[in-house]
Amino acid sequence: MPPDVHIKGIREGLLVSFDDGQWPELEVALINEIERQNDFLQGAKLILDVAQHEIGAADLGKLRDKFSDRGLSLWAILSTSEATRRTAQTLGFATRIHNIEGDGDLTEVSSEIEGSDATLIQRTLRSGSNLEHPGHVTVIGDVNPGAQIIAGGNVVVWGRLRGLVHAGAEGDEAAVVCALDLSPTQLRIAGYIAIPPEQRGEPKPEIAYVQDGKVLAEPWETVTHPSAQPV
Amino acid sequence: MAGQVITITSGKGGVGKTTATANIGAALAGLGHKVVCIDADIGLRNLDVVLGLENRIVYDLVDVVEGRCKLRQAMIRDKRLETLFLIPAAQTRDKNAISPSDMQRVCDELRVDYDYIIVDSPAGIERGFRNAIAPADQVIVVTNPEVSAVRDADRIIGIVEAEEKGPAQLVINRINMDMVNKGDMLAAADVLELLAVDLIGIVPEDQAVLVSTNRGSPIAMDKKSKTGQAFRDIAERVTGKDVPFAPQDGENGFFGRISKLIRAGSN
Ligand SMILES: Nc1ncnc2c1ncn2[C@@H]1O[C@H](COP(=O)(O)OP(=O)(O)OP(=O)(O)O)[C@@H](O)[C@H]1O
Ligand SMILES: [Mg+2]
Repeated sequence: MPPDVHIKGIREGLLVSFDDGQWPELEVALINEIERQNDFLQGAKLILDVAQHEIGAADLGKLRDKFSDRGLSLWAILSTSEATRRTAQTLGFATRIHNIEGDGDLTEVSSEIEGSDATLIQRTLRSGSNLEHPGHVTVIGDVNPGAQIIAGGNVVVWGRLRGLVHAGAEGDEAAVVCALDLSPTQLRIAGYIAIPPEQRGEPKPEIAYVQDGKVLAEPWETVTHPSAQPV
Repeated sequence: MAGQVITITSGKGGVGKTTATANIGAALAGLGHKVVCIDADIGLRNLDVVLGLENRIVYDLVDVVEGRCKLRQAMIRDKRLETLFLIPAAQTRDKNAISPSDMQRVCDELRVDYDYIIVDSPAGIERGFRNAIAPADQVIVVTNPEVSAVRDADRIIGIVEAEEKGPAQLVINRINMDMVNKGDMLAAADVLELLAVDLIGIVPEDQAVLVSTNRGSPIAMDKKSKTGQAFRDIAERVTGKDVPFAPQDGENGFFGRISKLIRAGSN
């Protein structure tokens, strides 16, 4: 008997999850199910919960093509596997979905949401990477232009921060962003948006935070903000 | 030793992949290696034109994959270089006509008899790119020294790493020598600083590239051309030789800085 595929409508799109099974078979079952329901699913945005399965970049790319051939767009991959999440982030997929409310069992499905508080990334985030995390994010490496980090908590970059960063993305105005070279394309904390000046001097470690409704940046060593302790 | 598959790709289109494929292929053949260039840009073939072999096409890559001909029948021998072959793309089909495993099969068959198989990839990150990357032992990413091309190159390098085909190597194509000499080409040093990958070549901007393309005779075959030399240097580096980057601009000039960066980045 083929493994069961569950497709469920949520606000962000269609959430797809599976009963137990092995990955290639689950994929086949999913494609079959989608072909069966094709008329209903046209144009939908898919969120795929692959649980613990490890899926490589080539396979995720192929999967995206298979969906787009059938008029569906795959935009998020949820997984409890760190390797799968990292690959999905590199390819620009979302790896968590926001604002899951009201539906009890959905929070269980999205493993990231109940995950640990801080995540440590030890590599350069290149253009097109999309890292979302509900807690704090620490990167040892660079965040290149075209990459983005969206964190519920603080963001600390031990390297050059040149992409887009959003700390306190769920509304925490006490969140901070620090980097050895703080030169983001755009920096957001909670609901505030800052676009750094074009001309900058020598790179130096800086911390950005919100005070009196403004995003401020100051050298990292003379930190006055209370939540600027290392995460 | 089995042949090596080298895929030439880029994020942004029009940066010089096809030019690089033809020239690196010709230069490797010029060194006496047995080389096959594969045009994997299905539906937009033009490697045949750059190599001046368009009028000899009978079968193409899709014919091979779909079993309408033997691999040998689709291989066109170059007019000048005995050991250079082309497998052209189909003009009338699209990228869905082949799959990554098709590419792998074709390349595995070629590895037996040839030293280098150079795959000319379409731009972007879609299916055509994945077809081209699937058989690769080594990936060369081409960029121009301009912000949007570098951004897209960064993305490609990230995907190549995620697919465990990395680390990619970089060709910076169309460096403007006048700007270099005026000191305005720092952008290229920035390119390397940002991308943090190994550099395998720097190719100048040169009108003669267009002329040679129109003639169907890769500039790498022109022994007097500096641009041709840049491509021949890349070919030598592909074979594992340590060819220094041209020092003509002095230690503190552009190339001086570049080679420092390379040294700093390669330890
Ligand atoms: N070093 C150079 N100097 C001057 N012109 C160049 C150079 N390299 C490439 N060109 C020109 O740039 C144009 C695009 O080159 P080419 O077709 O090789 O790019 P491509 O990356 O293969 O493009 P596509 O993404 O469409 O496949 C051509 O007209 C080519 O002659
Ligand atoms: Mg091309």
